[in-house]
Amino acid sequence: MIAGYNTISMGTGRKEFNPKKERPGLEHYLKEAGQATLSHIGGGARVDEGVVGNFMASRFNKQAHLGAFMAMVDPALQYKPSIRVEGACASGGLALVTGIKSVLSGSAEVVLAIGVEVQNTVKAIYGADILAGAGWFQRRKEGQAYFFPGQFSDRAGAYYQKIGREKARLAMARWYRNAIENARLCPTAQEFENKTANLESQGLTEPNPKSFTAHLNVFDCSKVSDGASSIAIVSEEGLRRCGVPVSEAVEVIAVGHAVDDITTLPADPTRLDTIAAAVKKALETAGITPGQLATIETHDCFSIAGILGMEAIGLCGEGEGADFVLAGHTARDGKIPVNTTGGLIGWGHPTGATGVHQAVTIWEQLTGKAGAAQITIPAERPYGLTVNMGGDDKTVVAIVYRKTT
Amino acid sequence: MTYTDRLTNVSVLGSAGKMGSGILLLAALEVADQMLKPENKDRHFVINAIDVSSAALPGLMKYIRAQVLKAAEKKVVLLRGLYAHRAELIENSEIIDAYVDDVMGLIRPSTRLEVAYESTLVFEAVSENEALKVKLFSQINENNALQPWFFTNTSSVPIAGLDKGANLSGRVLGFHFYNPPAVQKLVEVITIAANPSEMKEFALQLAKNMRKVVVPSNDIAGFIGNGHFMRDALFALGEAKILSASMPMHEALYIVNKVSQDYLMRPMGIFQLIDYVGVDVVRFIMSVMNPHMPAEDLHSDELDRMFEKGIKGGQFSDGSQKDGILKYEKGKPVAVFNSDTGEYIPISSFAATADAWLGPLPESTMPWKNLVKAPDKDSLAALAFEAYRTSGTNGAQLALSYARRSREIGLNLVNTGVAHSAADVNTVLLTGFFHAYGPVNEFVL
Ligand SMILES: NC(=O)c1ccc[n+]([C@@H]2O[C@H](COP(=O)([O-])OP(=O)(O)OC[C@H]3O[C@@H](n4cnc5c(N)ncnc54)[C@H](O)[C@@H]3O)[C@@H](O)[C@H]2O)c1
Repeated sequence: MIAGYNTISMGTGRKEFNPKKERPGLEHYLKEAGQATLSHIGGGARVDEGVVGNFMASRFNKQAHLGAFMAMVDPALQYKPSIRVEGACASGGLALVTGIKSVLSGSAEVVLAIGVEVQNTVKAIYGADILAGAGWFQRRKEGQAYFFPGQFSDRAGAYYQKIGREKARLAMARWYRNAIENARLCPTAQEFENKTANLESQGLTEPNPKSFTAHLNVFDCSKVSDGASSIAIVSEEGLRRCGVPVSEAVEVIAVGHAVDDITTLPADPTRLDTIAAAVKKALETAGITPGQLATIETHDCFSIAGILGMEAIGLCGEGEGADFVLAGHTARDGKIPVNTTGGLIGWGHPTGATGVHQAVTIWEQLTGKAGAAQITIPAERPYGLTVNMGGDDKTVVAIVYRKTT
Repeated sequence: MTYTDRLTNVSVLGSAGKMGSGILLLAALEVADQMLKPENKDRHFVINAIDVSSAALPGLMKYIRAQVLKAAEKKVVLLRGLYAHRAELIENSEIIDAYVDDVMGLIRPSTRLEVAYESTLVFEAVSENEALKVKLFSQINENNALQPWFFTNTSSVPIAGLDKGANLSGRVLGFHFYNPPAVQKLVEVITIAANPSEMKEFALQLAKNMRKVVVPSNDIAGFIGNGHFMRDALFALGEAKILSASMPMHEALYIVNKVSQDYLMRPMGIFQLIDYVGVDVVRFIMSVMNPHMPAEDLHSDELDRMFEKGIKGGQFSDGSQKDGILKYEKGKPVAVFNSDTGEYIPISSFAATADAWLGPLPESTMPWKNLVKAPDKDSLAALAFEAYRTSGTNGAQLALSYARRSREIGLNLVNTGVAHSAADVNTVLLTGFFHAYGPVNEFVL
């Protein structure tokens, strides 16, 4: 992969954001991200195929048929193949999988993958209805007002039972602090300008079941965001065609893509089994262990998902995620820096773009382009992992990347 | 009659007015809460939105719908539970719409007083006119067999007079909201001896359900809120008059306004507050209160002069401030009216002179918006007053005499039996006027 680009993640927290004023739409974000990537690879003429990852433009923006926006991004893409893929919040990851498959099949040498979502078109309470489409609609009625926060609140409640509430809450607050501190290093992050002094005590705010959920507060949640991310997926031939040096590319060495039955509830709410399955497949294909990873971008749509994700990835044992986070292992100076630009809680979560954003972040870290957020990639651990989840652990895309030599 | 029975048929008089529209909204939300209780599912509830202005009723209904929608959006978590039995309502948006429809279904707009003849509770927020209020209450009372209770929003008319005038045998009390009722947390409840005890209990329960802070007030014209405000305003006008012996009136007004805001650390200066309420309204409230205050003269020649020159204040329908004693641009005062010349004088043309006269503001004085957010407001305010006592500037001196007078007014409200305690006076100024500290505090001495 080459030439990654993230727009700003726009929404509450950014000082440019004013919910009462008209804001850029899908077209703007698609163009900004897509054109930025194209400008680094010599333009649309070099591209064989396009793929757009998007979750719910059909409701947020009353717009479907996003594949055909590719030719708007660059006229040179007119009459070339382009599709839109959807897998809830894993739509971005699916865009990457789709592009990777095209390259592997030989049908394309260069694929432009863009993830996009523009969600601030409705108030959060209606956004919750739209995002609930990532779950099984037959269960919507019994679900909570804030549907997904409700689902993960249930998971958090079960985790409190399992490991003790106090420790779990402390770990979730630490997760929040890490997210914001990392976001402060990344100018496109939604929480870039966050100035809160004591993040952990803010993170420990008592959840209010009357206005939100029983076990999560708003700081446990990812942001409501508008944004797009874009990256080019290329073969070796494609890399030569684009004239980009190998040092500016990351190598995709394995993909794990898994789904679970959307009509079922998790057997054990304290486990993210689909993440575990997808990551296992990806790491096995790559032939590495979790301990060999230099950095991870994981899908922390909620702090609890981040912590359970550490267990599912295999960085620690079951029930040990909180300890692992509290020990500082996931901090940017820890054993395995996680979500180095803030993740979904700190950087933002333009749902359909998130999977691509994660790939762009890993690409930046492994090619030394992460600016103030740059971490050191140890020579003996040149690997990065992205974990992109759709719904409540129903579609997962895990990808392993290697720094090029 | 139970609490719920009392709310089955409610009328709001003057419902298209500034206060009436907010009261209607609060009443509708409260009645809806009763209606949505499972045990009340077979009961029928009605709220009559009565106003003489037919033209204003469609706008009122639009306003209420928009506000109910906002309220619904804020309590979807609760609403999902209340509508759990309605299988066809699945998404938040569907539940919100159903709730808005249910609340709107309660409200019947009408220009006719007759609809109140079946009400058990009548809120009144028509114009501040004692004769009008008496007339409406009498008419309803004579034609309504249900012995309705009347909750008046009057700011200044004594309740006992309404009771007697309309022959209500104690079935009226003051339920005095602050503007805007939906937002302001304070309700002054003014009872009279003749009120049945269950009526007082109901009033307190209702205020609590509306999530209001209740301050009981005795039935003496002006009650606590205006009892303080009117006298505070008269003091300010008097100080300006004294200063105007040695400077132009507009500078004097500017100085007193600035002291009452910046030095006293209040949300706005006293003349801006008068403009906000309306020069005409303030004059009027004074005129209603004055006959009830034999020992005082609640009246200002200066306000009369301004009023005669067309200075009214008040707000435009979009809520923005009309020009009054001060002239506003984007909500900020930019000029001061001089009633001698009949002109607005730009503040920028004399601010430097006036500010020099005041002297520097001590460092311990905080802007109101910082003070009001601080956890230890009283001790921080006390620091500012300590500095005023040691500072020899004109500003500090004026601030001290202003604050001391404000305290004295507060204490007099207690001494004359209007308020039950100094704490109640402070609560009214803190919650109804958004002051950062109460007027009755030792530290201003
Ligand atoms: N505005 C405030 O800040 C404020 C604060 C507290 C209390 N109050 C009191 O509330 C009451 C209403 O004040 P407001 O500012 O809302 O006045 P307003 O002029 O905005 O509203 C009065 C409403 O009463 C209607 N009305 C007049 N005569 C009527 C009649 N015979 N039958 C039915 N409706 C009639 C008018 O059409 C108007 O809609 C007054 O008693 C006032 O003293 C006002």
